Amino acid sequence: MQKILVVDDDPYILMSLEFLMKKDGYEVKVARNGTEALELINIEMPSLVLLDIMMPDVDGYAICKYIKETKRLKDIKVVFLSAKSKESDIQKGYDLGASLYITKPFSTRELMKQVKGLMAS
Amino acid sequence: MNNWLVIISALVYLGILFGVAYFAEYKYKKGKSLINNPYAYALSLAVYCTAWTYYGSVGRATTNGADFLVYYLGPTIMCALYWPVLRKIIRICKTQRINSLADFISTRYGKNFTLGIIVAVFCVAGVIPYIALQLKAISTSFSILTSSVSSSEVGFWQDNTFYFTILIVVFIILFGTRSVDASEKHEGLVAAIAFESIVKLIAFIVAGVFITWFIFDGFGDIFSRAEKISELKKLFVIGGNTSYSSWTSLLVLSMLSVIFLPRQFQVSVVENIQEAHVKKAVWLFPLYLFIINIFVLPVAFGGKLSFGAGVDPDTYVLALPLHHQQYLLGLFIFIGGFSAASSMIIVETIALATMLSNSLALPVLFSSTGFKASAKSVRQTILNTRRLSIILILFLAYLYDKTVAQHFTLVSIGLISFAAVAQFAPSVIGGIFWKGASKNGAVAGLVIGFVTWFFTLVVPSMVSAGLVSENILHNGLFGITWLKPFALFGLDGLDSISHGFFWSLFFNCCAYFFVSVYSVKKAQEIYQAEIFVDIFKHSSIQENNAIWKGTADLSALNSLLENFMGKEKAGKVLLNFATRYKIPVDAKRADPRIVAFAEKVLGGVIGSASARIMVSSVTKEEELKIDEVIHILRESQQMMELNKELRRKSAELQRATDQLTSVNEQLKNMDVMKDEFLYTVTHELRTPLTSIRAMAEIVHDNPDIPDEQKQKFLSGIIKETERLSHLITQVLNLERYESGRQKLNASSVLLNVLIDDSVESLEALAHEKNIRIVKQLPDSMFIVQCDAPLIQQVLNNLLSNAIKFVEPEKGVIKISLHQNADGMQIWVEDNGKGISKELHELIFDKFFQAKNQTLKKPQGSGLGLAICKKIIEMHGGKIWVESEEDKGSRFIFTLPSD
Repeated sequence: MQKILVVDDDPYILMSLEFLMKKDGYEVKVARNGTEALELINIEMPSLVLLDIMMPDVDGYAICKYIKETKRLKDIKVVFLSAKSKESDIQKGYDLGASLYITKPFSTRELMKQVKGLMAS
Repeated sequence: MNNWLVIISALVYLGILFGVAYFAEYKYKKGKSLINNPYAYALSLAVYCTAWTYYGSVGRATTNGADFLVYYLGPTIMCALYWPVLRKIIRICKTQRINSLADFISTRYGKNFTLGIIVAVFCVAGVIPYIALQLKAISTSFSILTSSVSSSEVGFWQDNTFYFTILIVVFIILFGTRSVDASEKHEGLVAAIAFESIVKLIAFIVAGVFITWFIFDGFGDIFSRAEKISELKKLFVIGGNTSYSSWTSLLVLSMLSVIFLPRQFQVSVVENIQEAHVKKAVWLFPLYLFIINIFVLPVAFGGKLSFGAGVDPDTYVLALPLHHQQYLLGLFIFIGGFSAASSMIIVETIALATMLSNSLALPVLFSSTGFKASAKSVRQTILNTRRLSIILILFLAYLYDKTVAQHFTLVSIGLISFAAVAQFAPSVIGGIFWKGASKNGAVAGLVIGFVTWFFTLVVPSMVSAGLVSENILHNGLFGITWLKPFALFGLDGLDSISHGFFWSLFFNCCAYFFVSVYSVKKAQEIYQAEIFVDIFKHSSIQENNAIWKGTADLSALNSLLENFMGKEKAGKVLLNFATRYKIPVDAKRADPRIVAFAEKVLGGVIGSASARIMVSSVTKEEELKIDEVIHILRESQQMMELNKELRRKSAELQRATDQLTSVNEQLKNMDVMKDEFLYTVTHELRTPLTSIRAMAEIVHDNPDIPDEQKQKFLSGIIKETERLSHLITQVLNLERYESGRQKLNASSVLLNVLIDDSVESLEALAHEKNIRIVKQLPDSMFIVQCDAPLIQQVLNNLLSNAIKFVEPEKGVIKISLHQNADGMQIWVEDNGKGISKELHELIFDKFFQAKNQTLKKPQGSGLGLAICKKIIEMHGGKIWVESEEDKGSRFIFTLPSD
């Protein structure tokens, strides 16, 4: 079973995404902040991370950068889910090596389609 | 001591002086002025201290005690008036190219030829005794040093004074008459004078130190020994031998002399380079006077204690070291005295020579029919006239020294000169402050002043010299008892100087005033009066405003200037002027402004009266009528006002532009802030929207999920919708407070009750998390003027934040009320995880997110704290947080008491 890590500080978003991913048959881990996320990435080695950017401790960009700069982790796919909608923010996400940058609010159906595509490739 | 040794020393000293002057001129040509600084200026002012100071003060102190100081108090007081008076004179002289006192007075009263002559003659007559005094001092000190007999009985070829005089004549001719243009600065000369001021100061101090500490045992010793002698003891008291009336008159005399002595006028006005130098000289010059007077009394008492009556007190400073076999020291002191005397002679003679040649000789020469102004000869003529004047002046001084001066002390000769130059005060000071003064008034005042001066002060000295019968002193002029030189109109009881000074200045002022008031003024006079009195208004634009009518041939004018200034300089000067004011150059008909300018430039060379004569010789001038002058003046007045108006307008415009720029800047800032705020708000809205949408879609797409789970999603949707609407309310509130639309609805509120209400409303929420809220309120009730619902909002916000951030079960929240001088403080404390220092201010900022692009504000606070801050500020209070990480937080806000 392919493993997905969901990182967000909003409990309802976390709950929703967890439900959706599980429903599609993935194994899901959740992290409520950046610190937790970094821990889980190393332990669980997920195939994909759904990553919020604005968090109280470590921000999403830093986590993505860490993943892409760590040899062992660099194949993990990163999908940003963020309320930051400026062109420059999005560009920064892709520059850091993200596979996808989706702005909030998003359609869950669309998100699932994209995740499925990424997991298949 | 050997005659020749002394003479050679004096020669060497003069050689050094030459060297200093040459060096200064050399440096000046290289582009670096040695004297363009306030220190050199102040030192050159110290030419005031002559042999009189150097030798005479001591003599005076042996008979009159501390009253010699009055001659230095006067200048010190005058220094306070330097800025308003002297600066004005300097400005006038610079813009009008005036280079002597005579030229100043004649220019002021319509460039009047007669007036210039009167002033020049009076100046020479008044000051020659003073120059003679210096010569006398040199020869006396020379005799003392060489222990030779006084020189009055020997022929002039055996007389050392004669040779000293010749030496000085050579020096002055070499350095004072190098350029035709008298308005040019004498760079080398001023440097030499400043140098001499240093030499005489050092020499006198060295003498003083030697006498005080080497012959005696310090100040204490001299004074305690002098105290034992009754003749000296009475000198300890000021005013012992001097009455108040003579103190006053001597004070006024010395005040006036420091401006009107020709040499002081020369160094302080003509040689002044920058007006700003006056500012510093105002205290440097009095400081110099103070220092040079420190040892006068010790030397005077020392001399009295050592010599008794045998030695002339004027020579104590030299005689004392010699008495103790200190010949080298004596030689040095002689050189100091020589420098004091020579610097005075040099500057005084140059000033007088400029006056004699420019105001007396040249006008007479130029207006004589036979004179033709041809190129080379004319400049040579001017220089020769000036050189002859120098020789004449020093010859007269020498003569005076030989015939009259031997009978008087240094000080009394000097005072006669002081009283002479004081006669210029009414015409000069009146001339720069009173537009109503007229030429006739000035002539009348000066003439009557000088006649009185001559009669009351000079005639008695001629009696002493045996030139006039003694009869006049006792019986009065022509036997009329009212006309006794020492008791004019029966006024006796004053000393002769005060008496003469009083009457001469009294008649002078009266004549000046009344004749001015009752005389008709000419056009030129009115115009000059306007320029002199309002110089600070006119100095910029008056060049461009000529009072002259007639026709002039430009080429004739040009060749006239060439004759006096040289071809190159003349051509440049006129052309520059024409370009500066955009005046068309027409060879046949010169613009009046050019004619006026040419006259002024020429005035700098040969004096204004001569320049007048020369210019009218090449132009056809028409007499100006009074109403034409008034018209010109009015025009220039209007132009000045127009200028002022323009300046004011442009300043206003500038202000408006500045304001616009700053408003624009503010608007731009506000725009950026608005953008940021909007971004923050939409960002805040996106998060709940995301969860609502996600949860709604889940419930919609998955009809088969268990009821329990479905319930969870649905209640989540409701919670997030609440959060959304709360956020929107907050945004609207904040916007309302910031725009100022929300008015405070203040009333007297019981704070205790307000707090009770808040705690009560949140008790349930706290209970859920099992958190305690502790109230710590004083027993007495506190009433504050505030808007109750708004303050309630702040309290609720802080409390609910605290509830959110403390750990369930362990959390304790404390709310307390404190009173201090400024008003009330409300504290909300919790034992949560605290807030790091760098966030202390940011959490109250509504743009928190925008500025910290990726770090999130501690969750849940939203815009709440920003709103709290706004509300508290609206009440005139402050809100802040004190907190450390892991140590809990304390939010404090203040409400001022009325």
